[in-house]
Amino acid sequence: MKNFSRKDFLKTAAGAAFLMATRAFSSPVQAAEKFFREPPWKRKKPYYGYAVDTTKCIGCARCVEACKTENDVPREKFYFRTWVERYILRRSGEVNVDSPNGGLDGYLPPADPETVTKSFFVPKLCNHCEHSPCVQVCPVGATFLTEDGVVLVDKKYCIGCRYCIQACPYGSRFFNPVTHTADKCTLCYHRIKKGLKPACVEVCPTGTRMFGDLSDPKSAITKFYETENVMVLKPHMGTGAKVVYKGLDKEVR
Amino acid sequence: MDMSIIEMLREALHKVSGFIYPNELELQWSVLIVLYPYITGLVAGAFVLASLERVFDVKAIKPIYRLSLLVALAFLLIAPLPLNVHLGHPERGFEIFLTPHTSSAMAMFGFVYLWYLMVVLLMEVWLDYRKEIVEWSRTETFWPKRLFYKALTLGVDNISPRSLEIDDKIGRILTVVGLPSALLLHGYVGFIFGSIKANPWWSTPLMPVIFIFSAMASGIAGVMLVYMLMCWVRNVKIDMPCLDTIGKFLLTAIIVAFSLEMLESIQTIYEAEEHFDIISLLVEGKLFVSMILIQIIMGSLTPIFLLGLVQMVELSEKARKFFYALSGVLCLIGILAMRWNVVIGGQFFSKSFLGFTTYKMEFAGREGLLSAIVVAILPLLILAALLYLLPPWPKKEEKAASV
Repeated sequence: MKNFSRKDFLKTAAGAAFLMATRAFSSPVQAAEKFFREPPWKRKKPYYGYAVDTTKCIGCARCVEACKTENDVPREKFYFRTWVERYILRRSGEVNVDSPNGGLDGYLPPADPETVTKSFFVPKLCNHCEHSPCVQVCPVGATFLTEDGVVLVDKKYCIGCRYCIQACPYGSRFFNPVTHTADKCTLCYHRIKKGLKPACVEVCPTGTRMFGDLSDPKSAITKFYETENVMVLKPHMGTGAKVVYKGLDKEVR
Repeated sequence: MDMSIIEMLREALHKVSGFIYPNELELQWSVLIVLYPYITGLVAGAFVLASLERVFDVKAIKPIYRLSLLVALAFLLIAPLPLNVHLGHPERGFEIFLTPHTSSAMAMFGFVYLWYLMVVLLMEVWLDYRKEIVEWSRTETFWPKRLFYKALTLGVDNISPRSLEIDDKIGRILTVVGLPSALLLHGYVGFIFGSIKANPWWSTPLMPVIFIFSAMASGIAGVMLVYMLMCWVRNVKIDMPCLDTIGKFLLTAIIVAFSLEMLESIQTIYEAEEHFDIISLLVEGKLFVSMILIQIIMGSLTPIFLLGLVQMVELSEKARKFFYALSGVLCLIGILAMRWNVVIGGQFFSKSFLGFTTYKMEFAGREGLLSAIVVAILPLLILAALLYLLPPWPKKEEKAASV
């Protein structure tokens, strides 16, 4: 074998260093290109989206009532497909959150109102994530993302292992005591496929809740997505949540 | 509708502290899911102990080689039971094998389990016992037992030295394959929890590693106690070099497992992310007894101290036996507590990080204490049956003849 001299070593090392340097210069450009991801609603039609304008919510919980009625959600205080949380922020920095019976029981006036700096309502529901942790972990594929962007559970197929409930960062899922399967918001799939709005959107008196087809550039929801400053819940989870919020406070969990 | 659960949850509503998302009141994974990683861990640990003899040629532990395999088998047969009992639709449980969802850790576990049971463990036990099985099928006087052995031979009765040599070779290869399989089996259980990013108490890449080492500790402790117990029952002398060696391995496993757990805790404390406040409240409150007292002080530090003492101070045989037995029991309790703290502890706090729910174990229900006790005792009954049918030690008369 030919001897590998010190000169050869230096040459090789210099070559390797040069190669690495070129990579360092070239890779940021490539990375930037890679980071652009076209949202699915540019490719698929229809593709449903949902938005919540928290600045409009008055906490009437008609949405919660409508959802329970429309979808036969058990009338207990621990099974909800949607619920409304009230946040009370105080001067001391204290944050009080409540959602009595999901909002159905109404909210008591806050104690020591003089210490309250602001208070607002945040409706919650399944975020119909693009990269749903619940879909990922389902061992049999009983929960899935539809072509039109809705996460559903096949209750005739779900084995009831509850892994999806553990995996959802938003607490949107519950274990249905009647069907013994995982249960959650369907965006009223049975309604929207007939061109109707989800029950919660239908009854919302203030227009807090919005629903529509994101693949339609003229729809109100697309406008809202494109022109308002919106946020999703727990963005660090990287779930690609499709329910966007306007006016989301930093204290909202 | 299952009214007993509804009643229980209505009661639990009054015990919520702070704010939880309304759907979080019900604790989804009960005590049965605590047993599932515990039992799987015992399997993996027992198998690792067996591999020490076979793969790493640790001659001293030869007396417990077969016993370890049988312990692993007994527990492995029951491992999926708590999972299946827990399902909302147990009758659909088999779908995990028929239509697995490849991105699901739980679905893949089914295959890791099957691989480990069918290819590794059963094969290895069979190969190792083949000679005896053939002999017993000829000499056994009690006819149902003879028939059983006959069936177990699978129609192969060639026990010529050459064929036994081949058995041994295949067995060795199987153990070499089996060792990573055992680690995979239990590492996977850790991954089922460690991959849930929604839950900061679970979501850590260290989870599978911690599970593997705590599994080793529990498996080694389990086999050691069974060995001591069986020696006492059979009225034979404990092989002290063997027991001393097991003690050393047990000490190593506990130290590594404990160090990893502490590393994880230190990281959590130092990084102090968004969820830190709720986690500290959890550890100081609901998990204080089961984690600080039972898992850490009683289940880890005490056995480390006792086993370390045995290493450093020259003790009488009697004292050593006592220390080993005590450490083994403490270690098993500590690791059960660790599984509890992971599984139940991880569900106590809300993913809003603003409050806690509560868990009241049922007694008689499907997921109650009684079911848990049955699931915990079943492997021991299976082990007793295995020990009766496939005694891992030479029969008395054979032993007398060989002396």
